[in-house]
Amino acid sequence: MLHTETQFIRGESFTRVIFRRLHLDPPLLLALLMLIGLGLTVLYSASGQSETMMVRQSIRLGVAFVVMLVFAQVPPHQLRMWSPWLYGLGMVGLLMVFYFGDVGMGAQRWLDLGFIRFQPSEVMKLIMPMTMAWYFAGKPLPPGFWRLLWAAILAMMPMVLIAKQPDLGTAVLVGSAGFVCLFLAGMRWRLIIAGGVAVMSLMPLLWHNMHGYQQRRVLTFINPESDPLGAGYHIIQSKIAIGSGGVYGKGWLNGTQSHLDFLPERTTDFIFSVLAEEFGLFGVLLLLTIYAFILFRSIRIAIRARDTYSRIVAGSLALTFFVYVFVNVGMVSGLLPVVGVPLPLVSYGGTSMVTLMAGFGILMSIGSDRRFSPG
Amino acid sequence: MAAKSFMSARIRLHDRQYELNIFRSRAVFAGAVCVCIMLLLLGRLIYLQVVNHELFSTLSLNNRLQLKAIAPTRGLIYDRNGIVLAENRPMYLLEVTPEEVTDMEATLSGLSEVINLSVTDIERFRQFLRDKRKFEAVPLRFNLDETEVAHFAINRHRFPGVDIAARLTRYYPFGASMVHVLGYMGRIDQRDLDNIDESNYRATTHIGKLGIEQNYEAELHGTAGYQQVEVNVQGRVLRVVEENPPIPGKDLYLTLDIHLQQVAEEALGEESGAVVAIDPRNGAVRVLVSKPGYDPHDFVHGISNKEFNALQNSPMRPLFNRALTGQYPPGSTLKPILGLGALEESVEGIGERVHCRGYYRLAGDDRRYRDWKKQGHGSVDLSSAIEESCDVFFYDLAYRMGIDAMAAYLGQFGLGRMTGIDISGEKKGLIPTSNWKRERMGMVWFPGETLIAGIGQGYMLATPLQLAHAVAGLATGESHRPQLLAAMRAPGKETVPVTFSDTALIPVRRKENWRYIREAMEAVVHGKRGTARGAGFGAKYRFAGKTGTAQVISIAQDEEYDEEAIAKRHRDHAWFIAYAPAESPRLAIAVLVENGGHGSSAAAPVARKVFDRFFEMEAANVAH
Repeated sequence: MLHTETQFIRGESFTRVIFRRLHLDPPLLLALLMLIGLGLTVLYSASGQSETMMVRQSIRLGVAFVVMLVFAQVPPHQLRMWSPWLYGLGMVGLLMVFYFGDVGMGAQRWLDLGFIRFQPSEVMKLIMPMTMAWYFAGKPLPPGFWRLLWAAILAMMPMVLIAKQPDLGTAVLVGSAGFVCLFLAGMRWRLIIAGGVAVMSLMPLLWHNMHGYQQRRVLTFINPESDPLGAGYHIIQSKIAIGSGGVYGKGWLNGTQSHLDFLPERTTDFIFSVLAEEFGLFGVLLLLTIYAFILFRSIRIAIRARDTYSRIVAGSLALTFFVYVFVNVGMVSGLLPVVGVPLPLVSYGGTSMVTLMAGFGILMSIGSDRRFSPG
Repeated sequence: MAAKSFMSARIRLHDRQYELNIFRSRAVFAGAVCVCIMLLLLGRLIYLQVVNHELFSTLSLNNRLQLKAIAPTRGLIYDRNGIVLAENRPMYLLEVTPEEVTDMEATLSGLSEVINLSVTDIERFRQFLRDKRKFEAVPLRFNLDETEVAHFAINRHRFPGVDIAARLTRYYPFGASMVHVLGYMGRIDQRDLDNIDESNYRATTHIGKLGIEQNYEAELHGTAGYQQVEVNVQGRVLRVVEENPPIPGKDLYLTLDIHLQQVAEEALGEESGAVVAIDPRNGAVRVLVSKPGYDPHDFVHGISNKEFNALQNSPMRPLFNRALTGQYPPGSTLKPILGLGALEESVEGIGERVHCRGYYRLAGDDRRYRDWKKQGHGSVDLSSAIEESCDVFFYDLAYRMGIDAMAAYLGQFGLGRMTGIDISGEKKGLIPTSNWKRERMGMVWFPGETLIAGIGQGYMLATPLQLAHAVAGLATGESHRPQLLAAMRAPGKETVPVTFSDTALIPVRRKENWRYIREAMEAVVHGKRGTARGAGFGAKYRFAGKTGTAQVISIAQDEEYDEEAIAKRHRDHAWFIAYAPAESPRLAIAVLVENGGHGSSAAAPVARKVFDRFFEMEAANVAH
């Protein structure tokens, strides 16, 4: 009682105390809730007003929120302690999937442990920034060439295993989480440029290792009209949906592209096109503003974090979240090839929702970590 | 040099402010890149939504061209005479388009006055309603008959948004008689989706489950077609712009003969059991009966959980395919093969006579191994032991031959492994060896178990299909993979016979041994003391066979097996294996009657009826 009174004396409201006790970041939380609200609104239309899908999505969101709350309570120094072990476990999981994983929907991603089924590749999205941050935080920055090389190998191994599953979307996300860490740790510019050149020269090798359907996607991306009934169909229909939405949109539940079955995958990867068709440029601006707010709030948390480990984890999580948005919106608007990345927290379904919210839990934990606060 | 040492000095210490500065500059840079990317995306969207809005708006308005998949017509299945076993018939169903219905409850109650709607219909409809989109037609009742269709047509004006639709569904004219061969068509489920090319099944709702329908799914299904259609804003089709018609599936001709199949089924009467008949010259399956069956149409139209559970829990076990998956002790049907094995392997003392006193005893063992004939068969040799099915002779034979040599010889006739018939689900039975017992149970093989194996009891298990396959081997000395598919016809093409493959010769040491055993089997049917002489009586042709009994419960040493006193379900299973005609075999058969008692009285007459009909038809064909 006395304690609470002093809080009031210091000018803090009761709700703020609660948020602080729960290690939550109110502005970030509010932005996430707005995003989810907008997402459910669009999903209701995209699913053809399916009650079943709405209920399922809400349950998943509920679970994801609880996971976020739990992760927000774990102090960063404990995460740091666990990081290398989690990386080891994650790699074991990926190798197990590689050798005897469950095959579902043509790709081998699931690991069935008898009591639980999960995708190690999904968990790797969180483990990757933690591992890299742990590796870099151990010694002074900026890292030298050899440390960077080792770090790059640590990042490449899971990425290759995931790409082999084959799950190009997740591989891109996990890989970018790793390389964002190299960048944030202070990798020198000339090395970045040299690395970029090296990757470009390796492209032909990558091309030959791609599956037929992946190659086709890239080719169709370059020229969608070449295959209007096959793979290019997705992109063409998506562009028509977005473009026909105009500035004001066709109105909620009135999108013809989505409701007449022209738009494929409209509840999952292409849900952005439904938003753009029905709510127009205004809807798109609202969505991108929320995403931008979440991004910059997270970068702010990263900059204000109290040690190198927390900084790199927070920065990487923030930037990977943005990579999600960029890859998905770029894909549906025809700027990037179709790689199968959902629109974060809006697309239907998804184990990705839980990992994303767990990431925000970690961010909030870092944001509220005020022990030995430097002031 | 000096600069370098200064650098390394700094590297050893964490310079917090310096690290923070690095991070800040990098984070700010990354943030700036994100802003640029955001602007790029925004620019792209403005380009699509503002600059090119008119273009895409027109495209969207003109985007009335939809690509619709058309399901191919499934191939038909015929028997060897060209009689249809599976065909496609139109089925009428009542569909409701939710968007066009103003008051769903009123519509449903109104409809139930016009057409009979069960509670399950309405429940299923509500489930569909939740999952489908509002402008898609949702099925309410399946399988309307013509009076119902007419009845609705009169009242149609009262129910906007409700319509009759017709779909082709699978129809099996012989229903339950053929279900264990053909399988049935069921709704595509999640597990099926993993195994098919989804683009080819986009318009297909059902897929073959079990039997021929499943095994030849790829051939029967065909290739989906596409239709480019013009639709209005509501999504209704206005006209067809372009059509790429589907390619129907192939028609299949089976080796099976529906006449023989029906004779075998009738001959079993009310009993549960299985009949498998094979052409021993090539492995063509002529009869494959498992009784009782079940109505495949229940599955085609969607079976409720309650109905399915009733089938599954029925004491008659109709879902159980006895011919392929029923594993029973083969009993005395193994005697001819074991006798042949002993001759071919020149087992010591096989040519000698054995005196049968009604039981057999191992040296140093008090246990009496009983013969089915209490008073004994007297002095028997191999031939009369087969004819009269003397157990004591075969206890002795087994003891001399040993379990592993017996198992090896039985294996040559395909026992203990799958025959490889072209429908799935087959079980492989069991031929025990001493190694098998050590590995499986961790125990040594007892000599007494060898004796029991000598009369096909104990661990030994075989399916009716395996025994038909084995007796075909006895008849010809050849082992053919049993096959149900005879020919295929692609739409608009000639019928192409399929090849019968996988022929293996069973090694023959001395032809006389084979002749000897075949003559003994002929004596089973036509001999004075033959166990199946009743079934052979008056036959216009000669056939060779062997009766058998599969024990359901074991009888204690001092107990009598009293057929009358034992509940029907504990009674022995009756076996009969045979081939005909004895001099140049063209049909080999295995009959199993569950709880039928003796092979001679229950099973052999079934085989006789099938043979009679077979030769009748053969004669009629020759006459033509």
